[in-house]
Amino acid sequence: MKLKTMLLAVTSLSVLGGAALAQDRSVNVYNWSDYIDESILEDFTKETGINVVYDVFDSNEVLETKLLAGGTGYDVVVPTGTFLSRQIQAGVFDKLDKSKLSNIGNMWSDIEARVAKYDPDNAYSINYMWGTTGLGYNVEKVKAALGEDAPLDSWDLLFKPENAAKLQECGIHVLDAPTELFPAALNYLGLDPDSKDTGDIEKATELLKSVRPYIQKFHSSEYINALANGDICLAVGWSGDVLQARDRAAEADNGVTVEYAIPKEGALMWFDQMAIPADAKNKEEAHEFLNYIMRPDVMAKASNYVYYANGNKASQEMLNDDVIGDPAIYPPAEAVENLYTVTSYPPKVNRVVTRSWTSVKSGQ
Amino acid sequence: MSKAASRSKRGLGGWGLIAVPYFWLLIFFLAPFLIVFKISLSQVAVAIPPYFPTFDLYEGWQAFREGLSELSLENYVWLTEDALYWKSYVSSVYIAAVSTLITLLIGYPIAYGMARSPEAWRPTLLMLVILPFWTSFLIRVYAWIGILKNEGLLNQFLMMLGLIDEPLVILNTNVAVYIGIVYSYLPFLVLPLYASLEKLDGSLLEAAEDLGCPPWKAFWKITVPLSLPGVIAGCFLVFIPAVGEFVIPDLLGGSETLMIGKTLWVEFFNNRDWPVSSAVAVILLLILVIPIVLFQNQQQKMAEKNQ
Repeated sequence: MKLKTMLLAVTSLSVLGGAALAQDRSVNVYNWSDYIDESILEDFTKETGINVVYDVFDSNEVLETKLLAGGTGYDVVVPTGTFLSRQIQAGVFDKLDKSKLSNIGNMWSDIEARVAKYDPDNAYSINYMWGTTGLGYNVEKVKAALGEDAPLDSWDLLFKPENAAKLQECGIHVLDAPTELFPAALNYLGLDPDSKDTGDIEKATELLKSVRPYIQKFHSSEYINALANGDICLAVGWSGDVLQARDRAAEADNGVTVEYAIPKEGALMWFDQMAIPADAKNKEEAHEFLNYIMRPDVMAKASNYVYYANGNKASQEMLNDDVIGDPAIYPPAEAVENLYTVTSYPPKVNRVVTRSWTSVKSGQ
Repeated sequence: MSKAASRSKRGLGGWGLIAVPYFWLLIFFLAPFLIVFKISLSQVAVAIPPYFPTFDLYEGWQAFREGLSELSLENYVWLTEDALYWKSYVSSVYIAAVSTLITLLIGYPIAYGMARSPEAWRPTLLMLVILPFWTSFLIRVYAWIGILKNEGLLNQFLMMLGLIDEPLVILNTNVAVYIGIVYSYLPFLVLPLYASLEKLDGSLLEAAEDLGCPPWKAFWKITVPLSLPGVIAGCFLVFIPAVGEFVIPDLLGGSETLMIGKTLWVEFFNNRDWPVSSAVAVILLLILVIPIVLFQNQQQKMAEKNQ
């Protein structure tokens, strides 16, 4: 009799414990800063009862260093394609269990095909957002410095020293991202933007050094505010960030007009991919999160908020006109042909690239 | 004789007491150092963690010995091949030395003033020196961005006074780095200096005065030498962390600011080269430890001589 009550007590306890566990389900997400409409996370918790612990980073390097150290505690992370491919090689990620991802049919096969360069068969990741690295500029100030016929849709703005010299006065910022600037310089020189040849990289270094004296700062997020406030007139930046600057300037009504251009010579196309680390503790919840993100209405909401294109075909009907209709976000087919993608550098070449970047930035 | 006596008297409790700091050093200094040193002898790999060999206790003695044979000094050779590293070290030591000097010039009068102030004020003054620590270091450095930038408080103020017509470019230059370091580390110099100045025996100065010594000479002959231990402790407390400083040059410095902390960051994050960045860190440690040890020896000899 006594034994029975004890057993009963134990089982009821474990049932209670189980219920408590179910309530405590959570998923740890590590994403880029300013990269989601936060109400998406609240809605996800409401619908599934899974708590989202959300944390942000602002460079692929920081994310990668954490992932390579292992034991990050994150269940969903968002590296860019070039970084993802190396991380897959290092064994950072687990393959996705596609049987748990019922919404995967919504994804855009064009984007999946391009991502396959980094993640063959898209086995480890789904696309979250994609975009381009191009030029953001202050229309009035650039025209004032270079005249009405300024080459607004061309890398000439930056890479022709005589132009850069004139824009120096009103300020030029450049992304602190060697893996994006070397391809841009190579492409401008008519070389393969994905070149791993150190001779080519030297030529790109020369080009970057020729305009270095006119660049005020190398930074990957400050240009958003600087463009919006009119502190600078030209930035090499990421599409959505420049468009956020455009909207902030419009809201502030401060006489600043910011525009984004995918230069006619071509621009880098990049992909931010969601993946699940192999040592993630909440894989079940991570899959549920990815599946939720792939719902057309959720993805549309995210793009409408951050002004980046997504890899979800089904979401396109639900996008606002100023997103789907903007060629800077969803470039028309002929502009897409001008976009190039790059792969990651092998370690030896990578060292040459970073070293060259340091020498461009510091003159050392 | 007295030394021998005290040694023989040291019981179990005495040894236990000494063991605590040694144990602390072993766990929190020596062990991490050995790990970093080991990584500096390894090679880069695309793996978790991104270097090999990694020693796994379960793989047994044979694997351990094979791993040992993989270690090499290659990364240290690499550091000598590119002038960037030496320039970074030299530039860091230079920036730290200049900052320490400026901190001393500002900190000495502060500490002296505090030590000579009425006794009732001293706790309040001491509190004011410590007060900035109540706010995060990072936020205080960020605040300097707002002060120093082109449209910042300092430039607005100077332009309002009509002292300058165009904003001074301070942010993103070495000048901003000096300002940041001096500001951040000033309390570390003032506190030990104040402690040694406060203990100063006032009757010595009175005696000097009675014997006709002018105040400036008394200060130079008595106060300065007696405060020297405080000066040296304070300077070390500023100089050592300033050499390896990363946050201040990163936030306030420009792209021409070359400091070893930033070079290390680039190795670690952009090149994913943990072995080379570990080698950079080991060399940095040597650069800092050697002068300290030499100084300690010197001090000891002096002390023995005086006795």
